[in-house]
Amino acid sequence: MREVMTKSMARNIFYGGSLFFIIIFLGLSFHSHRYVVTTSTNVETLSEEVALGKKVWEDKACINCHTLMGEGAYFAPELVNVMTRWGVDDDPEGAFDVLKGWMESQPTGIEGRRQMPQFNLSDDEIRHLSEFFLWINTIDTQNWPPNDAG
Amino acid sequence: MKYKSQKIALVYFAVAMALFAVQVLGGLLAGWIYVSPNTLSELLPFNIVRMLHTNSLIVWLLLGFFGAAYFLIPEESEREIHSEKLAYIQLAILVLGTLGVVVTYTFNLFEGHWLLGKEGREFIEQPKWVKAGIVVAALIFLYNVTMTVLQGKKTAITNILLLGLWGLALLFLFAFYNPENLALDKMYWWYVVHLWVEGVWELIMASILAYLMLKLTGVDREVVEKWLYVIVAAALFSGILGTGHHYYWIGTPDYWQWIGSIFSTLEIVPFFAMMAFAFVMVWKGRRDHPNKAALLWSLGCATLAFFGAGVWGFLHTLHGVNYYSHGTQITAAHGHLAFYGAYVCINLAVISYALPILRNRDPYNQVLNMAAFWLMSSGMVFMTFVLTFAGTIQTHLQRVMGEYFMDVQDQVEIFYWMRFGSGAIVVLGVILFIYAMAVPRKEIIDTGAAETPAE
Repeated sequence: MREVMTKSMARNIFYGGSLFFIIIFLGLSFHSHRYVVTTSTNVETLSEEVALGKKVWEDKACINCHTLMGEGAYFAPELVNVMTRWGVDDDPEGAFDVLKGWMESQPTGIEGRRQMPQFNLSDDEIRHLSEFFLWINTIDTQNWPPNDAG
Repeated sequence: MKYKSQKIALVYFAVAMALFAVQVLGGLLAGWIYVSPNTLSELLPFNIVRMLHTNSLIVWLLLGFFGAAYFLIPEESEREIHSEKLAYIQLAILVLGTLGVVVTYTFNLFEGHWLLGKEGREFIEQPKWVKAGIVVAALIFLYNVTMTVLQGKKTAITNILLLGLWGLALLFLFAFYNPENLALDKMYWWYVVHLWVEGVWELIMASILAYLMLKLTGVDREVVEKWLYVIVAAALFSGILGTGHHYYWIGTPDYWQWIGSIFSTLEIVPFFAMMAFAFVMVWKGRRDHPNKAALLWSLGCATLAFFGAGVWGFLHTLHGVNYYSHGTQITAAHGHLAFYGAYVCINLAVISYALPILRNRDPYNQVLNMAAFWLMSSGMVFMTFVLTFAGTIQTHLQRVMGEYFMDVQDQVEIFYWMRFGSGAIVVLGVILFIYAMAVPRKEIIDTGAAETPAE
């Protein structure tokens, strides 16, 4: 390598090249941000309830068992499409009912089964959470996951 | 030890090792919950255990980086650290924050509180007051080391190290931005997570590795530093746009599938370069340094980082593959070996190198230290294999055949048993390592050690 390149050449390539790639990345990020807001997600239906549901999701640290869009802790099922899996994706009342039934029956206590904690959610919180799941189900994820199993 | 302020590193390393023990014990418990799911399910649910496992990992690695910086910067810039007092204040803030995090998570305190409660986004769950503390500590650190370097000699190693540490602190600021729109949330969340571990952390890792090679092999500084620039150039050229491999399925445009596939494939290059660099330096170097354990960790780091981050990363990074494998145990396999190979090993390498100097003794306990390397590394490699098998089966059953998550999990249970076993080996290795570092016992082998001046 001694013959090919001097140290200062290597240094200049590093700084110049990195700057170049940072600028491209920022440009694409800017475009992606616009794309998310205008195309892949529905900002009109992102209601106060959906935002509150996201807060419930975060306060209970759900991501440290479940995944959303494949990201999280692989201990429990994928939930971005949970409303499709339950067959209630176009039925907000049904979504609320099924989710309420699910949350209230935890933990199952069955020996040898993974246990979900009892979070003692109020009806409002369950409503917010189900609105959150319904909303994220509408994000255009390039057809991921491959099937309803998530 | 040439400069007395290098001593700061000792306490940083000590706290790092304590957290390292917490991390692997948390991991062992999580591995046990996988095979015996009713364990502690109401007292300490899995999500809490996992937060302790991942958060303590991140914090101890950061403490190790800070310690490494305080150790090598005085030597590189040929002057004392600007302010020892600030360095200890920084550590006190970080320790307070860490204790706060552990207590908040374990007892689920202040849930939902905007300042005191945990925040619930993966890896950056720390309550806001802790995040603010991290920023303050980082600013103190950056002020301290930057002043030291500016007033002293500037080398490529300190340049790259500082660049990496500044980038680390700046990118962490995105942890404060949490949009209501989940797709945007994820997009910027990766600014912290990906641009840390596949961007600026690689700069830190490469500069520490370069420093170790310089000391352990005695190769000319010009050669080492030229390699260093080439490695970090490869890291950032591939890693920045490589972020695209996280933008396939989160609501971002489809062009990321191509950009992500191409650039993240290239992410293997810097790791290959680091491995080639480490071995070439050792072959070329004429110095027979007595600290064989540090050399073993350095070479092990470069090799396992290449396999864990490079090969196992490539395994599932092409978008056509990732469509099926995304978010399965394959990701977990990659995550474990990549973090271990790249960041755990580099920390243990620099600790193995620095500790005998800091405690003013010969590199004792090398046999134990090297045994710890082989225990930890073989345990981690085995864990990676079994999780890869589990993930492959999971990908097929769940993503191709469409079987439900829990049904599939039941079918791969055997691999979780093997993962628990390999995890236990890793924990043994960690205990042995900490013992070898902390408890001085006269060495049995290597009589040549006394003649060569330890540097």
